[in-house]
Amino acid sequence: MSAPTVARGAAASYTRPHPVVVGMGAITPSGLDVERHWQAVLNGRTSVGSVSGFDASACSVRLAGQVRGFEPERHLPDRLLAQTDRVTRLALATAAAALDQARLDGSGLSDLDLGVVLSNGQGGSEFTHREFRKLWSQGPKLVSVYESFAWFYAANTGQISIRHGMRGPCGVLVAEQAGGLDALGQGRRSIRRGARLIVGGGFDSAFDPWGFIAQNSHGRVSRESDPRLAYRPFDRDAGGHLPGEGGAVLVMEDAGSARDRDVPPLGEIAGHAATFDPPPGSDRPPALRRAIKLALADAGVTTVDVVFADAAGLPGPDRVEADALAAVFGPRRVPVTAPKAGFGRLGAGGGPVDAVTALLAMRDSVIPPTPHTADVPDGYGIDLVTGAPRETRIGTALVLARGHGGFNSALVLRGPRPTN
Amino acid sequence: MSRRVVITGIGVRAPGGPGTKAFWEMLTAGRTATRRISLFDPANHRSQVAGECDFVPAFEGISPRHRRRLDRAAQFAVVCAREAVADSGLDLDLLDPGRVGVSVGSAVGAATSLEQEYLVLSDSGRHWVMSEDHLSPHMFDYLVPAAMAREVAWEVGAEGPVTMVSTGCTSGIDSVGYAVELVREGAVTTMIAGGSDTPVTPIVVACFDAIKATTPRNDEPERASRPFDASRNGFVLAEGAAMFVLEEYEHARRRGAQVYAEISGYATRCNAYHMTGLRKDGAEMAEAIDAALDEARLDGADVGYVNAHGSGTKQNDRHETAAFKRSLGRHAYRVPVSSIKSMVGHSLGAIGSIEIAASALALTHGVVPPTANLHVPDPECDLDYVPLEARDLYLDAVLTVGSGFGGFQSAMVLRRTDLAAR
Repeated sequence: MSAPTVARGAAASYTRPHPVVVGMGAITPSGLDVERHWQAVLNGRTSVGSVSGFDASACSVRLAGQVRGFEPERHLPDRLLAQTDRVTRLALATAAAALDQARLDGSGLSDLDLGVVLSNGQGGSEFTHREFRKLWSQGPKLVSVYESFAWFYAANTGQISIRHGMRGPCGVLVAEQAGGLDALGQGRRSIRRGARLIVGGGFDSAFDPWGFIAQNSHGRVSRESDPRLAYRPFDRDAGGHLPGEGGAVLVMEDAGSARDRDVPPLGEIAGHAATFDPPPGSDRPPALRRAIKLALADAGVTTVDVVFADAAGLPGPDRVEADALAAVFGPRRVPVTAPKAGFGRLGAGGGPVDAVTALLAMRDSVIPPTPHTADVPDGYGIDLVTGAPRETRIGTALVLARGHGGFNSALVLRGPRPTN
Repeated sequence: MSRRVVITGIGVRAPGGPGTKAFWEMLTAGRTATRRISLFDPANHRSQVAGECDFVPAFEGISPRHRRRLDRAAQFAVVCAREAVADSGLDLDLLDPGRVGVSVGSAVGAATSLEQEYLVLSDSGRHWVMSEDHLSPHMFDYLVPAAMAREVAWEVGAEGPVTMVSTGCTSGIDSVGYAVELVREGAVTTMIAGGSDTPVTPIVVACFDAIKATTPRNDEPERASRPFDASRNGFVLAEGAAMFVLEEYEHARRRGAQVYAEISGYATRCNAYHMTGLRKDGAEMAEAIDAALDEARLDGADVGYVNAHGSGTKQNDRHETAAFKRSLGRHAYRVPVSSIKSMVGHSLGAIGSIEIAASALALTHGVVPPTANLHVPDPECDLDYVPLEARDLYLDAVLTVGSGFGGFQSAMVLRRTDLAAR
């Protein structure tokens, strides 16, 4: 297939770089690496549970998806442990695994052609909570010399760029749950603008007393105490979602560059679009449907083989998403799944985790189920994969993410194409 | 045909006086607006000076309901967005909302409200475990400050791509660069883009105290920000915001818009060196400058004015001077270079946008703003930094740069256009 050409500046047109995925990493409540996450998700395992690791006794939310068994000292030197929040440690460990798969070391790629674009919504919460406490109980002189850069939203991008010597275009986007997919879209854009390889994705973690209360404060979180009943997206009895921590990265590389290095593509970022909902009370329609249509058009396709839903877990937004899917694809025409029902909504990490899961589904020709959801109203018009995984060939996938306040992001992935 | 992007509206809130006109008059007069911190009692802090805005929400058209919901930085962003739209003459009701997007840069987001809510929840820092009893209904918006982009989107009725860009101290350039990319690729015709940060709050002041990045020159607040001067000893923290209406060139031309400048080049690089340190040679900033000039199809010698990052830390001003020499060669010694941070301080994720505003105004008015407080240049900073007094100069192209924690280095090129000028 010939690549389309596009004019840039006043110069002659050039062959448009075509980004493929050459590495993946994920740390989620379902697993500490991509394959363990995949096995748990495929089995429909319940990876949410009682909140632990800090005193959450004063919180009305009882359950969450936490990353368990992560030993940062196995992944990072002391120097980095001292200066990083938990979210940055998760990001650093994940990126290292993905770049290993992408065989970056010794690749001969110029470091100015390598970049990092990540999303983060909640900052370095636990680290910062500690420093706020020191400031207000002991005074400014006790605040850590690392606080200025352990807290801010750019910490993960900066630390990964330093650790792996990536000196090209780097970026940080914040759009709550939608930001992770936007970061993948921006990574693809950077490659089209001339970068060779970009680490894209997102992470969030706010599992300290302050962060946990704050991240649950928008009122859409389930207060249920049974892990199998708490987060049931698209169910007639949906009553909110559960928060979680973790995230994923996709290493994107220009296809020609990956071919030259003989690194096999795992798939490609085929299309992306972002839209924003009108304000509450507006008579204008929600903008998710338009995001889907724009992403499909960007990918040059009219349908896909599976949808990884945003899956808000509340009747109103579930209905909006189901309506959008039914309107674009036709009622019950495309299988829809939401593995996050098993591990929670991961903030900026959620979209990239779904993107990784979708590429694994393509690899193994199987759609993982939506755990916990049992009774989907007929009126939703969606074919939700529940109970057992569904075996089917998957060439394209649509991943959706919505951020609190009206952010919509849609990403189309395509499986690896045979090289010509 | 490739798309071009122009600035058709500007809204600014910077220390020294509200609005674009007051901002520009102050810069060209070489007046400084840094002062002893008044937003809280800074007595226990190492650095006690800042660039503060006298921002009165009621006078700025912020309703009491908005005031309760919006963090200070979000209020700044909304006010500047309104002002930029009014300045542009754009009738938003005539636009397809899906073709309008928002991009707001901020380094520390809702830091002010986060800290206030922390104090409420923890009973002034006394409790680690917190009760939900005193939780603000807007707490989530402070934890995840993308809410400030949402507020701007609601204000202008945008339903295209909406995001916050948070690359630390280059956020204000990168948010505009991101917006330019979206217009160029055709996703939107119009972006409301810029930056806002209100970090003059105890935790942020303490962060910079801890690493001695800010100045301890507390006895001379108005002379505390001294970029390129031999006696400089750190930056002066500040708050502020600037928002722009960016339009696709044809879109602006067809409606007969008056234009400040075209954004003809943008690039960002990372130094992959240190979260707060800078390599001496300025290589990555030079790479960003080169790439931005390439995109603008300009040579270094075409640059008529360089709006520097000029933070006033020892390492930054040398790093940046090295980068200019590396990119512009001998022209670096001829071109005027100045830092408006000498007057308005360093407002983290907002200052990049405020400096784009200054660059666009310099181009429009043919005046280069000076570097205030520059009396004895550092011998290692040996360029023409336009000390103390503004200079009249016809400008065709302006370069503005930013540098920040995390290693981010960004550059943007603004050019005069053939459309009706301001």
